[in-house]
Amino acid sequence: MNKKKLLENVIHGVFLILGLITVGCVLLITVYLVISGIPAIREIGLFKFLFGKKWESSAAEPSFGILPFILTSIYGTAGAIVIGVPIGFFTAVYLAKMAPKRIKAVMEAAVSLLAGIPSVVYGLVGMLILVPGIRKLFKIPDGASLLAAIIVLAIMILPSIIKVSITALEAVPKEYEEASLSLGATPVETYFKVSVPAAKSGIATAVVLGVGRAIGEAMAVMMVSGNVPNMPSLFGSVRFLTTAVAGEMSYSSGLQQQALFSIALVLFLFIMLINATLNFFLKRDKEK
Amino acid sequence: MSNIMTAENLCLWYGNTQALKSVNIEIPEKSITALIGPSGCGKSTFLKTLNRMNDLIPGVKITGDVSYNGTNIFDPSVDVNELRRDVGMVFQKPNPFPMSIYDNIAYGPRTHGIKNKAKLDDIVEKALRDAAIWDEVKDRLKKNALGLSGGQQQRLCIARALAVKPKVLLMDEPTSALDPISTSRIEELALQLKDEYTIIIVTHNMQQSVRISDNTAFFLLGELVEWGNTERLFSQPNDKRTEDYITGRFG
Amino acid sequence: MLTQKISKKRRAYITVMRTLMLISALATAALVLFLVIYVFAKGLPNITWELLSTKPSYLQNRIGILPDILNTVYIVLATLLIVIPLGVGAAIYLTEYASNKKVVGIIEYAAETLSGIPSIIYGLVGMLFFCQFLNMKTSLLAGALTLVIMNLPTVMRTTQESLKTVPQSYREGAFGLGAGKWRVIRTVVLPGCVDGVITGCILSVGRILGESAALLFTAGFAHALNGVIEGLTSPGATLTVALYVYAKEQGEFGVSFSIAAILMILTILINLSATLVSRYFNKRRKL
Repeated sequence: MNKKKLLENVIHGVFLILGLITVGCVLLITVYLVISGIPAIREIGLFKFLFGKKWESSAAEPSFGILPFILTSIYGTAGAIVIGVPIGFFTAVYLAKMAPKRIKAVMEAAVSLLAGIPSVVYGLVGMLILVPGIRKLFKIPDGASLLAAIIVLAIMILPSIIKVSITALEAVPKEYEEASLSLGATPVETYFKVSVPAAKSGIATAVVLGVGRAIGEAMAVMMVSGNVPNMPSLFGSVRFLTTAVAGEMSYSSGLQQQALFSIALVLFLFIMLINATLNFFLKRDKEK
Repeated sequence: MSNIMTAENLCLWYGNTQALKSVNIEIPEKSITALIGPSGCGKSTFLKTLNRMNDLIPGVKITGDVSYNGTNIFDPSVDVNELRRDVGMVFQKPNPFPMSIYDNIAYGPRTHGIKNKAKLDDIVEKALRDAAIWDEVKDRLKKNALGLSGGQQQRLCIARALAVKPKVLLMDEPTSALDPISTSRIEELALQLKDEYTIIIVTHNMQQSVRISDNTAFFLLGELVEWGNTERLFSQPNDKRTEDYITGRFG
Repeated sequence: MLTQKISKKRRAYITVMRTLMLISALATAALVLFLVIYVFAKGLPNITWELLSTKPSYLQNRIGILPDILNTVYIVLATLLIVIPLGVGAAIYLTEYASNKKVVGIIEYAAETLSGIPSIIYGLVGMLFFCQFLNMKTSLLAGALTLVIMNLPTVMRTTQESLKTVPQSYREGAFGLGAGKWRVIRTVVLPGCVDGVITGCILSVGRILGESAALLFTAGFAHALNGVIEGLTSPGATLTVALYVYAKEQGEFGVSFSIAAILMILTILINLSATLVSRYFNKRRKL
């Protein structure tokens, strides 16, 4: 009998360890990023690192200012949101409320496909279509630019925005819509003036998810943005926080490599901030 | 008293099942008409036909006429949104929008193009007063309507319906989700409202019908068995089935 | 009165909103259609048996993606083999054992955090921890372990969802017969989470196939032809990484598009099987 109890306790312990693995992973990632990210910041100086406008990591007298990357990541994400959110939002309202069943099913499958396409495929198509297209359209020497990255990111965040918004819109109680219709509002007025406001925290969640996805994307952006550490401009070649890490990692060492870890730490802090925002929305939803 | 709504040979099918069988009825203006009958008898379906809320359900087919102030409501020239503005509705479960109390009431008028703040303020106050809830909410108009009690929410929904100045108010078992005290307040309210509005109320509660209605219509299996003065219908029903129902033999 | 139409302003509003919805939906549909057609048109014609069955050779001036295909298979298998027991175990702990709400909250919060971390950060930490600290060097195994961390939340969540649908009465019934907790889990709980595990696998395979940033510095981008054991201990590019390398570093767009087309087909198959699986299990549950 005792043996059986012992076995149960051992098994309980094993499952406890398995359960705590996720926590361990988060700690591992945090600790590693902090430990490897701090030294360079210390050496360069926090202010100079964050707000320095020049990144010349392999020059004889290197300077490590990541303001161009931070601003590029912020502008790139903002641009993707400005383009992607309206398109995603209106598509979601159409699919959730108006589309005939058949069209809805086909479109949902299409959106899932969009979500599943690897980011390098977006980068590849971007390289061959967007980059030359932008070059010709705006008559600039190189089309690899912030604009190209923004368009690719806008496309890549579309599926999460559409899917999450549809879920939120479909969860709106039918009674709200009936009440609005019975007051003489048309269906379209009802969707935008009652259903959308009722689903607003779900839609906000969708936007925040999109921000997270856009700011964290590396490969697709690397393929279309030119990777020059300029201060961001729409038609200029730019480098993001993510691509700064990815671009130099393979050949860097010493302070240069440590500075890359510091960039990753900054990126990580951005993501944690976004996660906190996301949790705020999710919690508010649950309380309702 | 003239009739504000009449139905003639009204039939309704959901797919292949017939839910209403040749209903004929007249609704006198500024009175309360109660629709009673066992559940599934078609009384709610009939109610929802009067402001064409059934249009929303796929597979519905309607024949016959319903006229409102002499106009056939199924006529292609009729704008269904205008019909619903004149023929308002209060639902079984209180369904205020997840917005402030003020915005709930102002929703209808705003939809119909009233943007002037002072005008909206007047409309909101009048609607809330008419629905006998003004004193309870006047200090928290900007608070979310979902914070009100069930009975208050239902009166808020009535106020919301009144704010677009309807002529007819359809009520679909408005008290079935409420406690007895809230129920009696809604009943009092209905009696006050009939000075200005025509009320058609579906109820599963025969006492309620006796307490508040002028006329009662008894539905059974999609058929309007009989209708007429409430007192008469409950004291001397013409039809055996009505008698069986009101004496509690079934349903 | 009734035949009066709603105001011009309202009609304009409705038209504008309707148009915006239709344009957006059409744009989305057109985008997907364009991507699929473009990638297939550029990629499918270049797919030959030689491409699929050989390794690249500078001597013969030939590019073959067999090593990349094999690497992808190895890394998918290795990742799933490790992540499934971990994820299922974590889910079982959460639904069957954990009594402390705080602990559950912390674990779920950790899982949420993991799913929000960008893959480039996984790549970096994977490189520091697996490749350098644990001295695995740049290898498929290091890549697979990095992917395990990335996919852990997915497998955990899908398993958790399916465990929630195992009726409490089954557990009570088994306990009532005097079974110990472990026996109840083996006989009642585990069989109930098969659908969650399968869904989790499908989603993970999709994510592994599409991953590149996390693998670049952990698994590397070699194109050597290896067996399983050798393969896992040596560096190697998966299809996705190979696409990136061929396009960005070598300008071999033809091969890149062939790989893109293959990835696209795999994505479609994965989505299809996810739908079919969920439909199958939903139907079975209703019975």
